Amino acid sequence: MIPALGHFALALALAIAGAQAVIGLFGPMLRDRMVLRAAPALAISQFIMLGLAFAALVWSGVVSDFTVRNVAEFSSSTTPLFYRITGTWGNHDGSMLLWCLILSLCGATVGVFGNNIPTSLRARVLGVLGLVSGGFLLFTLAVSDPFRRIWPPPLHGAGVNPILQDPGLAVHPPILYTGYVGFSIAFAFAVAALIEGRVDAAWGRWVRPWTLVSWIFLTCGICFGSLWSYYTLGWGGFWFWDPVENVALLPWLTGTALLHSAIVVEKREALKTWSVLLAIATFSLSLCGTFLVRSGLLNSVHAFAASPNQGLFILVLLALTIGGSLLLFAIRAPVLAATGIFAPVSREGALILNNVFLCIIAAVVFTGTMYPPFVDLAFGMQISVGAPFYDQAVLPMVAPLILAMAVGPMLPWKRGAIGPALVKVWYAAVAALIVFAYYAFQRHFIAALGLAGAVWVMIGALIDIGERVRLFRVPLGQSFARLGTIPRASVGAALGHFGFGVVVLGIAGMTLRVHDVTVLHPGQSVALGGFNWKLDSIVPATGPNYTARKATITVTRHGKLVMVLKPERRYFTAQKVKTVAAAIRTNGVRNMFATFAGEDNSGGGEFRFNVHPFAPEIWLGGFIMALGGAISLSDRRFRIGAPARAKLRKPAGSATV
Amino acid sequence: MMNRKTRRLWLVIACGAGVSCATALMLVAFRSSLSFFLSPQEVVAKHPAPGMVFRLGGVVQANTVVMGTRDNRPYTTFRITDGQASIPVVFTGVLPGLFRQGQGVVTVGAMAKGDREFVASTVLAKHGASYMPAPVEQALRKAGKWNPKFGPAPNAATWDDKSPRTIEADNNG
Repeated sequence: MIPALGHFALALALAIAGAQAVIGLFGPMLRDRMVLRAAPALAISQFIMLGLAFAALVWSGVVSDFTVRNVAEFSSSTTPLFYRITGTWGNHDGSMLLWCLILSLCGATVGVFGNNIPTSLRARVLGVLGLVSGGFLLFTLAVSDPFRRIWPPPLHGAGVNPILQDPGLAVHPPILYTGYVGFSIAFAFAVAALIEGRVDAAWGRWVRPWTLVSWIFLTCGICFGSLWSYYTLGWGGFWFWDPVENVALLPWLTGTALLHSAIVVEKREALKTWSVLLAIATFSLSLCGTFLVRSGLLNSVHAFAASPNQGLFILVLLALTIGGSLLLFAIRAPVLAATGIFAPVSREGALILNNVFLCIIAAVVFTGTMYPPFVDLAFGMQISVGAPFYDQAVLPMVAPLILAMAVGPMLPWKRGAIGPALVKVWYAAVAALIVFAYYAFQRHFIAALGLAGAVWVMIGALIDIGERVRLFRVPLGQSFARLGTIPRASVGAALGHFGFGVVVLGIAGMTLRVHDVTVLHPGQSVALGGFNWKLDSIVPATGPNYTARKATITVTRHGKLVMVLKPERRYFTAQKVKTVAAAIRTNGVRNMFATFAGEDNSGGGEFRFNVHPFAPEIWLGGFIMALGGAISLSDRRFRIGAPARAKLRKPAGSATV
Repeated sequence: MMNRKTRRLWLVIACGAGVSCATALMLVAFRSSLSFFLSPQEVVAKHPAPGMVFRLGGVVQANTVVMGTRDNRPYTTFRITDGQASIPVVFTGVLPGLFRQGQGVVTVGAMAKGDREFVASTVLAKHGASYMPAPVEQALRKAGKWNPKFGPAPNAATWDDKSPRTIEADNNG
């Protein structure tokens, strides 16, 4: 009964999305207030319907209703309650429903909080969202129905894939999807602006908070995913340049570029066409991120399996959404004229530099990701592009970004000079040189470059805040008082840059890692990274739905006890699958990582020991970036005061930047 | 303050420089770090030069997995088959948790000098909802061993280097 109701709610949501699209897109032409007011109501009711459908699916999972195929295949009666709930979106069909739910949530948010947007623009934005939502709801209902029933139901379900039984899975997909799908709002604003034929400072101010929200979620989602693979897969790696990871990175790169270019639109009314294009590109890449992997076009070690007819449907949907919006862009873009004029050396110039490099990096990653399927389709050869490609091609492009990052915020708007800006950041340069010399002296040149870059960006961000509060130029108390008065957006931006520096620190530190794979018998020990790792015992243990072998490893340094690590090997009885649960201890600046990989006949255990200097900073930095975004979002100009819309100008024929 | 034309010129120069740098870097990186995927059958036919890194994929042949230790490091030998040919693989290190006989795996490495052994530096086992990596699936289809259209992959025990005909005979007899 409940699954049937869920299925009905899903179908109803599709009908509502259709109405929302038609009313939203064509309503403004009727100039009827009632029609325009219908769009937000439809968006909210679409969200309610999808919420009901999703609740029905979760309920089926909780009560283990095995007549629902989705539950029977990805849950079982022995699965703990928590994973029965998270398992509903840990598979293809369920995650599709979650995706649609979040898309409708975006529409509902615009419907509820978008009161300061002109009604006709809001109706068009909701219309675009309804159109996108309708397409994907049609896909969900037609070929990937999460409520498909089976009869007779199996006695026990097949169970969740053990590797997905992790709290990380509970948070990672919803957060990542919110990030992906959130860019749909920026996309809808871009398409609506193209239809209306005008982009002004007010447009920049509306788009920025929405972009910022999804950017925060995407940043957190990528961090969680990376953290999850770090501790679950037990390889001690945090980023594999796997297609699935790359397609999440792509919208992050263009989304970051959009975040910066929208500032220029808002403050200076320049870069309008470019920002519209970036908004379209970012959501298109998000769609690719979610769906190219499912279409079977990209091979990945971790992806959902999909059937061929689903793949074709998805490719057609992608082609319509992306192709349609780009066509509209090509027709309407010349209408959007730029007004702001500025010199190359200025804040605008620095933001353009940021955009150029972020987009080039995105292009490189895109090429690396799409080249193998292209060669496969065109020449029938199967090749793969691995981590060395990205290390060689991407990292050199990050270097100018890092160099410019500390100087850019010091430049004034309109026109500036490099000299005074460089004088402001001389402490950062000195500190970076010292760090470089220290590590270069130990012959770690790559790490030296990376760590120096990290220090440069971090201190540069601190100087940015220091300059704003006139630190050391006015009495300390006065500086402290100023801290409360500077705009939160500036604090957020500086914190975001600081967080990026911390990420660079973590990644550069990972190049200093040491690891060893070894076989130990109880009582034996091995030396690694200045520590002595001794195996004490291997004992059996049990969990809720698995049995395990637990090893106890004592780590000592100069005879003094540092920590005790207890890595496990788990055997999940329902699926007959073994997994490794790594033991990781961190002191904030260094991770100690032990994996128990196997046992041989003589009673010895196979272990993989790692020492990862600065590894925690990778994720810490990511979360600092997200925090910076959140602080920037709380800036009062996003909350108070309806932005005034520029008076409509006669469309100028000239092209823009 | 400069006019729009000069500004656009600067922008074009900056973008052009950036894009050409990126293209150059990509071409260099492509040349040194692309790796091909080969099935055991293709390895037998093409004889990749020793030391050339490629990806070898297929199914772990039943009853060929031998684990041991060498200089206190775990190593594993097994054979990878696509049903038409089988290649011995040596791997030193920790296998992924989902590695088992009869399962599709992709290994990265190179042929050893002189003998016919593949020295793997990485072994990847898929951990998605289905356990067959796409290139392996394609290799098995080419070898005439399995077509996913006609049901799930055959039982692990049948993954040896028998030809399709002998499997059929076994099934009938």
